[in-house]
Amino acid sequence: MKALLWRDLALAVRAGGGFGLGLSFFLIVTVMVPFSVGPETARLSVIAPGILWLGALLACLLSLDRIFALDFEDGSLDLLATAPLPLEGIVTVKALAHWLTSALPLVIAAPALGVFLNLPGPGFIWLFLSLLIGTPALSVIGSFGAALTVGLKRGGLLLSLLVLPLYVPTLIFGAEVARRGAEGLAVETPLLMLAGISAGALALLPFASAAVLRVNLR
Amino acid sequence: MSLWEYANPVRFIRLTDRLLPPVAVGALVCLVIGLIWGFFFTPDDYRQGSTVKIIYLHVPAALMAINAWLMMLVASLIWIVRRHHVSALAARAAAPVGATMTVIALATGAIWGQPMWGTWWAWDPRLTSFLILFLFYLGYMALWEAIENDDTAADLTSILCLVGSVFALLSRYAVNFWNQGLHQGASLSLDKEENVADVFYLPLLVCIAGFVLLFVALVFLRTQTEIRARRMRALIARERLA
Amino acid sequence: MLKVSDLAVSRGGVPVLSGVGFHLGAGDALVLRGPNGSGKTTLLRTVAGLQPPLSGEMMGRDQVAYAGHADGLKSALTVSENLTFWASVFGTGRAQVAAALSAFELEALDDRRAGNLSAGQKRRLGLARLLVTGRPVWVLDEPTVSLDVAAVGLFADAVRSHLGQGGALLVATHVDLGLGEVPVLDVTAYSAASRISAADEAFL
Repeated sequence: MKALLWRDLALAVRAGGGFGLGLSFFLIVTVMVPFSVGPETARLSVIAPGILWLGALLACLLSLDRIFALDFEDGSLDLLATAPLPLEGIVTVKALAHWLTSALPLVIAAPALGVFLNLPGPGFIWLFLSLLIGTPALSVIGSFGAALTVGLKRGGLLLSLLVLPLYVPTLIFGAEVARRGAEGLAVETPLLMLAGISAGALALLPFASAAVLRVNLR
Repeated sequence: MSLWEYANPVRFIRLTDRLLPPVAVGALVCLVIGLIWGFFFTPDDYRQGSTVKIIYLHVPAALMAINAWLMMLVASLIWIVRRHHVSALAARAAAPVGATMTVIALATGAIWGQPMWGTWWAWDPRLTSFLILFLFYLGYMALWEAIENDDTAADLTSILCLVGSVFALLSRYAVNFWNQGLHQGASLSLDKEENVADVFYLPLLVCIAGFVLLFVALVFLRTQTEIRARRMRALIARERLA
Repeated sequence: MLKVSDLAVSRGGVPVLSGVGFHLGAGDALVLRGPNGSGKTTLLRTVAGLQPPLSGEMMGRDQVAYAGHADGLKSALTVSENLTFWASVFGTGRAQVAAALSAFELEALDDRRAGNLSAGQKRRLGLARLLVTGRPVWVLDEPTVSLDVAAVGLFADAVRSHLGQGGALLVATHVDLGLGEVPVLDVTAYSAASRISAADEAFL
């Protein structure tokens, strides 16, 4: 398991792309927002938490199709499936690797991008925390979508169509934490719900993803 | 004789061939009676005026939009546990019907909302939930279309249906939390006190019966079509071997 | 070590072989023969546990190391990193990696990225992976594709020493591996009667 995690991390670092592409996308989306809604700082600071959550979510979505597709194409997934590791564990580790390489950089970058959108002072810490707690759910749910579409030639677009509706509850609670935090309101309830979604997805979805992978490998 | 015998495609077609005409006629009769009764022979609401009459389309469609997904969930579970092909095909057949019901519920809701709330669309929890449900239908149907092997498609879509159901439910709660909403309370409930008045209630029940029968008829018909398409492919495959 | 009895396998739901049975003990090798499309790959994938059999019994599936058409290499990792990864997945150690590198004469290349290897070198690396799994039963699908004569010799040596140490081999191949007298199983003898898939049959 640990070896698989290290391998995926090493591959992401060496092949480049992994960190860079998602982050640049996040940066560009954030920069484009004032161009589309206007430069008034008051307006920007109202929509900042939501825009940053949505941008992080979309940036996360970009790299999902690589979770299993690369291993499927070069035959590693076959070999991993015959290895003495439970497929559920493999799926979890690959989701974790996706989170570390694709989501965590976004979490760290989000407060910096908050400056561009004039995010109110107390919002920074809550934006960071809500992304930190919520993005694991995005990676795990995304790996389920990636497992569903792994054998398909044009899986990328379908993957977005399948995964985005599943992202709705995470987005709602995550953005709500950030918004309430920015406005100085109580954040406990949405924060607990967000943590619940992440924990639940992490505990249960790997079984579904592994079942789906077995179907796609046969 | 067990119920599962009808999981055999040939028997299913034979059974539904017999059931289809009465169900279809029943649907037509209920819809004609219910809609005419509802549209022309009920009083206007003292607050909402005649706009309230769209309830006879809106409520049954909304009910069936949810029930269709529940039926797909049950059919998916049956496929996963017992691997009856008819079950998987029935789930596939129900999806476009359910999606259409969702669109009808959304469209009639918008038409009703315009005079009532002064806007075609509000991000009200119920409306939003139905919009999300529609997205789930789209994803489910797209996955069926994308996979060539029939059994693989059945396996993957049924697991998606299970996972999707959990997330659809979660979305419902999330959306409720997110916005308190304009939508009136449920039109129907087991608690008599909360129901709409009897004059509206009875034609509404007839309309709902009509929509249920219509749904059953459409699912029978579409499942038959799916079975026949599979049968055609099987025959071609056999022809090639001979 | 690997015992298969009355096995029926399918490709895309269509039965291709049925009634297959064989037994591999320590030191045994078995070569599968048959024209393209006769079901050799399907049989091997089923034995390796990658797809469920239609019917029949298999024992010793968790002893299997499988190598198929794709080598499962990561081009961004070096030769030794590729092997070390599989060694830790299968719970073996550095000793096996070193042995595998020398058996396939890859020591000189161990710092090279797998993506910069030639097709034959990649194949050698893919086969070296079998040694690091530490599993006794090798299930191989056309292992000598893109290997030159010298490399085929290396492979034959590795197989001989593996069998000598009590391993077993099940291989689908068209070339003579130079293993001497090896029992051959012609899969065409087990061809399932031309049938459509069970899923399709339900609709007739």
